[in-house]
Amino acid sequence: MAKKLESTLKNMVLSLTLISMVMSAALTFVYLKTKGPIEDAARQKEINAIKMVSPDFPNDPLPEARTVDGMTIYPVKKKNEPAGYAVKTFSEKGFSGHIELMAGFNADGTINSITVLQHKETPGLGTKMAEPKFIDQFFGKDPEDFTLKVKKDGGQVDAITAATISSRAFCDALQRTSNALETVSDSIKIIP
Amino acid sequence: MEYILIIISAVLVNNVVLAQFLGVCPFLGVSGKINTSLGMGMAVVFVMSLANLATFLIQNFVLVPLNIEFMRTITFIFVIAFLVQVVEIILKKMAPPLYQALGIYLPLITTNCAVLGIALLAVQKDYSLIMSVVYAASIAVGFTLALILMAGIREQLSLADTPKTMQGFPLSLITAGLLSLAFMGFSGIVK
Amino acid sequence: MANLKYFTNGLLKENPTFVLVLGTCPTLAVTTTAINGIGMGAATTFVLVCSNLIIALLKNFIPDKVRIAAFIVVIATFVTIVDLVMKAYTPDLYKALGIFIPLIVVNCIILGRAEAFAQKNKVWPSVLDGIGMGIGFTLAITLLACIREVLGNGSIFNLRLMSENASTILVFVLPPGAFVTYGLLIAVVNRLKAKLNI
Repeated sequence: MAKKLESTLKNMVLSLTLISMVMSAALTFVYLKTKGPIEDAARQKEINAIKMVSPDFPNDPLPEARTVDGMTIYPVKKKNEPAGYAVKTFSEKGFSGHIELMAGFNADGTINSITVLQHKETPGLGTKMAEPKFIDQFFGKDPEDFTLKVKKDGGQVDAITAATISSRAFCDALQRTSNALETVSDSIKIIP
Repeated sequence: MEYILIIISAVLVNNVVLAQFLGVCPFLGVSGKINTSLGMGMAVVFVMSLANLATFLIQNFVLVPLNIEFMRTITFIFVIAFLVQVVEIILKKMAPPLYQALGIYLPLITTNCAVLGIALLAVQKDYSLIMSVVYAASIAVGFTLALILMAGIREQLSLADTPKTMQGFPLSLITAGLLSLAFMGFSGIVK
Repeated sequence: MANLKYFTNGLLKENPTFVLVLGTCPTLAVTTTAINGIGMGAATTFVLVCSNLIIALLKNFIPDKVRIAAFIVVIATFVTIVDLVMKAYTPDLYKALGIFIPLIVVNCIILGRAEAFAQKNKVWPSVLDGIGMGIGFTLAITLLACIREVLGNGSIFNLRLMSENASTILVFVLPPGAFVTYGLLIAVVNRLKAKLNI
């Protein structure tokens, strides 16, 4: 077997520098090649989330998105007429912190559907917020008529048993969408 | 106030070893005796605080301005390895007894996934410089706490009569599991 | 052929997860679902094989004093490559594995094999060693993940085994369950090896 390179200062610096340069070049190449696909994947994920909660739409809602208070509002259109909004919202008041939701609103201001995007809640308790038993109660409701607070706090929402904090955080996230949408248009009802 | 929350959360609620699974290798390897555990813990506190400081600077003054954030893993681990070397040399010169006591554990800190992991997490959480260092130090304190608790239990276990198949890693892991279960009781302390 | 033993070594005799007990962090953290286990195993195997290959090729070009630094550069490059490729083409898996993808760089298995094997052996045996260790790791953590997913979530490879409302032993997908299951599996493998005299 050939002898190994001696550990002189010149050899060490040369060897390490060369290896670093070659490796960095290879890495930069891969980075440039994957840059496009990475952005595409992120876009697709956002669109999929919006699709899950909003009525069918043909437009690309991302370019027209607006950010209000850390939430992102995506206008959803049919034949260039506004058909509703999808709002990506969050709350830091979860039992284990940050939760993120995507809520879809119809043109008349009622909630079409909601999907939970991310959370770190306790499995078996807070995680139930994604289950139909809890989440379905919001569908079709109008936030102007349906108070978005748990019953314990004087609202109309049925909290998850033994997961009041998670339920409250969920309501908090939703309430904030309502507030955000009101700043976008005077009332969230597009069809008066 | 925010700092107190970060500290309590890091030490108890999201304990680096028992809840986040970082630093498990040295945790299982070193926790045989309480003395070595304390020494290792202190070394980790020192290295992690410095590492978060250094990686913060790299992230904000090199990676972001030059738009090469994809080089984060390489530059961070390189800096950490370099830092450990430097700490080794300094300790050897300035505190030989401590250097002797730590022995082989010092270079092993480089491959402690907690060091790199927490440096990366601090970037993800977008902490400021001071928050990042406080975060790292508290995490390391949590690591030391877990280490010492484990060492205390293992010192006792080694005196007990245990089945041969279970000796060594199986028992250590099961003990860690029970410790982890106990620490789950802390969740919800920090709102 | 004699070379075959380089490959089979990593499967049981020196299985990195159950015998050498290396790479414990990802083993515990990502084994909540079987798919995550396979994903992590595949990513780690890729890095392991590539780094073993490059290091075995360059071993005479790397002076001894800087070998660890050189290994780290090589390993970190392949880890970042895997990270970028997964971010682009498998975003859900990428999100599930999270911070443990870049942490592959400090997975003791990879640095360990580079130090113990690739820098002392020829290219082909190093590659086989990488593949063997990688597959051994993947099988081991997938096994652990299957147990945790079935008992803790009532599913396997994301296919539901029980009805939506059935109770599952939740602790298995939580940290305590990870530690305990891993420990018990090591004990089982120890016994198996003793009985089979491996």
